[in-house]
This record gives sequence, structure tokens and C-alpha cells, in this order.
Amino acid sequence: MSSNNWQPVIGLEVHVQLATKTKLFSSSPIAFGAEPNTQANEIDLGLPGVLPVLNKEAISHALKFGCAINAEISEKVIFARKNYFYPDLPKGYQISQLDDPIVGKGSIKIKLGEKSKIIGVTRAHLEEDAGKSIHDLYSNNSAIDLNRAGTCLLEIVSEPDLSSAEEAIEYLKKIHSIVTFLGISDGDMSQGSMRCDANVSVKKPNDHELGTRTELKNINSFKFVEKAIIFEIDRQIKELENGKEIIQETRLYDSKKNLTQSMRSKEEANDYRYFPEPDLIPIKISKDQINNVRKNLPELPEIMKERFMKSYGLSNENAELVTANKETASFFEDVLSYKVSPKIAVNWITGDLFALLNKNDTNILESEVSPKHIAEIIQNIEDQKISGPSAKKLLEIVWSKGGEIQELIQKEGLEQISNDDEIEKILDEVIFENQKQFEQLKSGKDRLQGFFVGQVMKKTSGSASPKVVNKLLKDKLSK
Amino acid sequence: MSELIKLSLTDQILGLTDKSFSSKEITEAYLNEIKKKKSLNCYISVFEEESKENALIADENIIKNKARPLEGIPIAHKDIFCIKDKKTTCGSKMLSNFISPYSSEVFSKLDNAGAITLGKTNMDEFAMGSSNETSFYGNVLNPINEKLSPGGSSGGSAAAVRANLCSFATATDTGGSIRQPASFCGVTGIKPTYGRVSRWGMIAFASSLDQAGIIAKNAKDAAIALKYMSGFDQKDSTSLNEEVKDFQKEVDAKQDHVIGIPKELIENIKNDQVRDSFNNSISILEKDGAKIEEINLPHIEYSLPAYYVIAPAECSANLARYDGIRFGHRSDSVSSLEDLYVNSRTEGFGREVKNRIFIGTFCLSAGYYDAFYNKALKIRNLIKNDFDEAFKKVSSIAMPTCSNSSFELGSISDPVEMYEQDIYTIPANLAGLPAISIPSGIANEMPIGLQLIGNYLDEGRILNLANKFQKLTDFHEFK
Repeated sequence: MSSNNWQPVIGLEVHVQLATKTKLFSSSPIAFGAEPNTQANEIDLGLPGVLPVLNKEAISHALKFGCAINAEISEKVIFARKNYFYPDLPKGYQISQLDDPIVGKGSIKIKLGEKSKIIGVTRAHLEEDAGKSIHDLYSNNSAIDLNRAGTCLLEIVSEPDLSSAEEAIEYLKKIHSIVTFLGISDGDMSQGSMRCDANVSVKKPNDHELGTRTELKNINSFKFVEKAIIFEIDRQIKELENGKEIIQETRLYDSKKNLTQSMRSKEEANDYRYFPEPDLIPIKISKDQINNVRKNLPELPEIMKERFMKSYGLSNENAELVTANKETASFFEDVLSYKVSPKIAVNWITGDLFALLNKNDTNILESEVSPKHIAEIIQNIEDQKISGPSAKKLLEIVWSKGGEIQELIQKEGLEQISNDDEIEKILDEVIFENQKQFEQLKSGKDRLQGFFVGQVMKKTSGSASPKVVNKLLKDKLSK
Repeated sequence: MSELIKLSLTDQILGLTDKSFSSKEITEAYLNEIKKKKSLNCYISVFEEESKENALIADENIIKNKARPLEGIPIAHKDIFCIKDKKTTCGSKMLSNFISPYSSEVFSKLDNAGAITLGKTNMDEFAMGSSNETSFYGNVLNPINEKLSPGGSSGGSAAAVRANLCSFATATDTGGSIRQPASFCGVTGIKPTYGRVSRWGMIAFASSLDQAGIIAKNAKDAAIALKYMSGFDQKDSTSLNEEVKDFQKEVDAKQDHVIGIPKELIENIKNDQVRDSFNNSISILEKDGAKIEEINLPHIEYSLPAYYVIAPAECSANLARYDGIRFGHRSDSVSSLEDLYVNSRTEGFGREVKNRIFIGTFCLSAGYYDAFYNKALKIRNLIKNDFDEAFKKVSSIAMPTCSNSSFELGSISDPVEMYEQDIYTIPANLAGLPAISIPSGIANEMPIGLQLIGNYLDEGRILNLANKFQKLTDFHEFK
């Protein structure tokens, strides 16, 4: 079997929870982690006689997304009822959109190494979220938490333009970066702020028709999206190569077993009986409103990246890394506000700081090291007050203990020894201990220079200025 | 004492203001009458103690010259309006245990205007019915002849007004549920323009058609009551942000009238007494100076089928929330989630409600949506256009309220024959226009009504015309 004979075709439906103050159709607040059913009012409970009132903030968030991906914006926004029964769906229907989604056709550019690819966005529409059913809390009983019921979702539907799990991940990352840069979502997958369904099929490269697709439901991390798609592509290829047919169905990804399982087939599929929501009147969106959103759109990652390369002289790779999300980008610019070299700053952020974040399994928002800390460390190196190795040590101390940089340098004895006499004494010691090597260096084995510098650094626990050591060593050789 | 309850609202307000009698007296008189005529089954709940307490507070307000517009006036609410901490059944077993945690806007407005809520009136289950026989609480008897139906669905409200069991009553009208029982009981009932009165807290049957209104002794009373019930409510997105004219002034103002008569429709009336009475009413108004114009409503004959697609379709979704999960009836015999749904709904809903849920679900199903629902919406638009055309040359349109007077309880078993009860009332709902029914004659020794339909937001005009008719005739007087 060779997967080269098959070409995967993937489309994604991404549900982004919008960071609005209140729910899509009620004044209940939205906050993750509140006590069950404390953020659900009579509207969210679907009590008899209640009516929805549209949250305008959700409209403005959706418009921002539409403008950011250069999409068509509908002049008229109509909501529809999607009917189905489920215990955590209080009204027995979800208020969603069918015709005239607020965001129409648009596109998103993704990077694949050196190349880039345009992925079509079919539509993005507003809808309310359901509550949560909890089946493992009580024996013989299920529990329902309606705190999430009615929160605003933007469902972003892509064209089947993705052809690998890798591309799917890049597309997801791009959406994540757009919505966080726009400030319309926290994009936090672990809290369900971004959820993804994937439509997967495979076909022969020369086939014009698409193969039968399956829908993978509710995958809640980038890693699992990748694994689920890879598994499903592989499963479909195996089925087809064994002469079997792919059944159009919904499949659930089991992250523990790393496989997808059939949930329901098309024949059993729900008929959602959509019809226009009579409790809401169509919302008109004016050209002025759209132009206004467009005018006030924050700088998007793509443009910010170019600016960073142009005005700060960052490499493509580094610019990409610091614009991966809004928080990192603003951290970077905050460091620059202390007038330090952008190139040095970016190296500290993407190198040592990222390493620390990884090690502590956290993100830049939770960083114990502030932009001011980084800027002061860089300044101290440039002023030759601390050495590079001491600076790295200092960063770790700031992370674990906190405090002011200047105080810490003194308290931890990290000041660089730039007193020539003191360093010369140590250098003499080193030469004395390594006479043979010194002779070799003298006779032209230049690469031993580093050895001597290193030995001095070791003896001074990194606090000697390498510049001074080099200078003194050169003096001694020329004698 | 019993004379107080027969006074018009206008006279009751006068008497309370000049302290000829107290709210305590009038409230107790109504409560006594309610007890005496318990067998009419007009009320589902009566708030005896609370009414008495509120009457004392009202009397205090009156003494302190702090009386509000309806201070101390005892009224009744159809049991479709939620009242905080009160049982709100909607005439259904499904909600026989439902205590509402919030109040409807209709209740709040009248409560704030000083009215005293005596209790909640009986109705067809979920407002689906034209005879009051679908109520879980048993049918209401027509006070004029107890063998006959009071009409429906607001039969309890109409009979309560007719039997002097309240000063006036709130009601709702989706396809004629205010006007038909008003016609059957010889009282005045007005359904205002769709969106004039807030639907917040009014249990939904068909959201795009449901409208709250008033059943009262005469047009003047109805004008006063409606004035304090109407107005924009931001909790209802379909509520109209339009100035509410002072109906109380308009009802008595000097106005010229041009009355449109749909000639073809009148000629096709099968019941001679109804047709003769209608023609007699028109000649009374003509003699008084009204101009009469023939008009054409070419699509009105499709009202009934269009209505019986749209209303059930909306109802099928609106009633999905009654699933036994969060409130309402839950079946005792449950061994699975499906059982919970099926058994709770099977036991909780009556036959007519189930019929309509079936019809609606069918009409919205894949493959039938265009043939039924979409077509019905198109017809609805045509009917609206017919009215718009007609109102270019007339100020109101007259037709009978019903094709017959009240019928014997239990005499109509064919649902379609029952649906035909609404043949003249439905068009105003489809077009969202205000319409009033006033007593205008006798057929088979029972009252029949004249229906006046007004232009959009022009309730004042039909109230004025109705008042004019009631000055010239005595059909509205209870004998």
C-alpha cells in the first residue's frame, strides 16, 4: 500500500468562542470555571415565555473577523432555529444561521515552510453554544451545567482546500492568531474556546470528484486534530485499498486509543428542520459600519511581521516567532520600549525566555519575567556589567525568585570582573596550570585561545569579561 | 355591592377616584362573584388573599392622592402570562406544576399601573383551540348559555368579562383567540398591531403571530386598558419602538371613517343571519356618516391553509423546550433518555397540541420545507400586500368576526371544521394588523361580532369606530 497514490482532501469547521461580556442572546456573564448553573438566567434555561435579544458585541466581533480575512459581509443577518433534542440544549433548538451568514466567502493564507497556500473560507456564522452534560459525576444520573449555554460562537467553515494534517494545523494556528490579534477570542483550546470538526476524504490525484467524506467531531487540541486526521486518512486509504467503500458518517476521535470510531451514519443523521428565527428581526449591516470596522482593525500578524522585519531588521523566522500571537508580539515591543537592540531582544525572547516558558509549561501571559527584566538584562550586558553566562543565570533567578535586576546582580554576586589586575592574576594561574597548551598556542594553534578564555570564565564563575580576558591573553602572547 | 362589578372600567375609575366606593369593596365583590360562578370554570387560579391585601394598599394610595392610572381595578390575566412565584399553566398538564420565577411584561405593566390581579383565566392548551375544550382544566362554559362554548383560546378571559368576574382581562390572539371568544360571549376584544405589546413572559405558541390584547366590556374600556399595556420593550426584539398614542383620547375623538368592505367575502357568507347582521351594522355606520368603499383582498382565501402551516411550524419548535428535563411534567416511567422525552411529552401534551406539533414538524422536514413552509410565507406576503393596497383608500376594513355564533360544547369533533372557526380572524394575524371584535347582532339567540381591522399601528382608529358603533347600538350591553 502506498499513500502516495492517494490525495487527502480536508475541510475544517472551527468553532471559536467569542470573548463577549455577555451571552449571545442574554445578559448572563461569560466566565470559565464558575459554579455550575450560576451563569444561566431564565433565557439560558429556556423557560416558557422568554425571548432572545441579540448581543451587538457579537456582531462587531464577527465583522472584525470578516474584514480581517477580506470576506464578503452580508448586508442582512438572519438567524435560524436548528431543531434537535438534547438535554443540554434547553430550548430544543439552537439559534444559529443558515442563509445569509454574517461572513461570506473569504480566504486565509497559510505558510508551509518557504511556500504559502491560500485556503478558502466558505462562510463564518454566529450561533449560540449548548450547555454541558456531565455523565461521570453521579452514578445512574447525568448532570447538566448550563453556564456555557448561550455563549457566542463563530463557526468558521473552510473550503476543502487542505491536503494534509500539517496544513490543517497551520490553518488552525492562523485562525488562532487572527482571532487573538483581533481580541475577539482568547483562543484557548484547553478551555474549549476553539473547537474543531474535520471533514476528511481521500481521492486519486487525477480524480475530479471528491471521495466520500467522514466528519470527525469535536476535537479539542491542535495535537489531537493532527492525530485524528492522520489516523482517518490512513484508515480510509486502507479501506479503499482493501476494496471497501467509505461510508459517509460522523466519527468521534478517541484520544486515548488514538483512533476514530463511527458515531452515526448519514441515514440516521438528524433533520434539523431549520427555519428563520421568528423571535429576532433581520439585522441590517450598513457599508459605513463595515468601513468603520475595517478602518479600526488592529494590526494583523501578517502585517506586523512585515513591519518587524522592515523596521527592526528581524529575520523571517524570528519575526514569525514573535508574531505567532498577540501576547508575544506585545511583550517584544514592550522590551523595545526600553531602547534595546531589537535583534538582541528577539534572541532573548525566542531563545531563553521561550525555553523557560516551555520548561514551566506555561505561556507568555503567565511569565514571571517581565519585558523590563529582559530589557535591563540586555542593557547590563551591553554596559559590560554582567557576562552572557551570568545573564542566563540571572534570568533563571528572576523567574524563580523575582526582584529587581540591579539588586539581584549585586546580591547574587554576578557583577562582571572587568578589573584588569584581578583577571590577569587568574589568567596567570591558568597559564601556569596549562603551560604545555600555552606553548602550543604561542606557536600558532589559535583554536586554543578559546580554551584559555573558557578556563578563566570557569574560575570566575562566568563573571569575568570575555573581552578583557581576550585582550590580556593577546598581550601575553605578543610578549 | 354587586352593582359595582357591572360598572364599566371608566365608571369604576371615576368611582374609586372620587371615593364613592373603595377598591376593597369592588375587589371583594368580584371575589364573591367568582365563588358564586365557580361552575363556569373561568379561572385556573384565584389569588383571593393577595387581592384583598393589594386592594387595601390601593385604597391607601387613593387616599394619599398617589393613585396610579388603574389603581385598585380588579382584573384577570390569561394563564399564558408568567407571573413571578405564581403557577402558570398555559392550560396544559405539561405546566401544571410550573411556578414562574419571573413576570411577563404585560403583567408588570398593568401591575405597575395599579391594577389588582384577581387570578388567571382558563384557556385552550397552549392557546391551541377555538372552543376552550382542549384545556387540561376542563372547558369554560359560555355565561350566556352554559351548554355552549365560550370560544377559544381566550375563552376564560371572555367569559370572565361577560360574567362580571373581572373588570377586564388580558388575552392573546394568534389566529383569532381574542376576537372569536369575544364574539361568542358578546364582549369587546382587541388584538393590537403585532409588536405593540411586549411578548416577554407570554408563553409562545407561534412567535410571528402571537399578540397580547384586551377583552373588556366595551371599546372605551379596551382603549384604556390597552393604553397601559402597550409600548416598546427591549426584552422583546419584535416589539415596536413606536410612540403609543393615547387610545383613551383617540377612542372619543372626532374622526372621519372610510370603511372598506371585501365584497366577495361578504357575499360568500353562508349563514344568512351573520350576513344580514353584518350588512345592518355597516348601514348603521354609513348612516352615521362613515364612507363605505368596496375593496378587494384577492389572496385572503388562502389565509387558512397558510396559517395552518406557519403556526404549527413555529409551535413545533416553541414547544420543544417541554422535554421534562428542567421544568414541567416529567414521566415516572423512564428508563432511557428517549423514554424521558417521549413519555413526558406523550403524557404532558393533549391531543390537539400533539396534532399541531406533528403538522409543524412535517412541514419543516427536509423535502417538504419549500412545498409547505416557504409557500405559506409567500402567501403571507401576498396577503400583507392585499391589505397595504386596500389601506391606500380606506381607514379600516370590516368583516364578521366569525361565520357563526357559539356552538354546543362537544359538537365539533372534526379538527378542520374547528380550524375553520378562524377563517375571518386569521388574515389580521398574518398581516400583523390591529383588529377588534365588537358585539353587533344576534344569530341563533347568541351574540355575533363585527370585526374591524385597522392599518398598521392605527389601533386608535378602530377603537374610535367601535366606540361610535357602541354609542349607536346596545348589543354590547349585558342583559
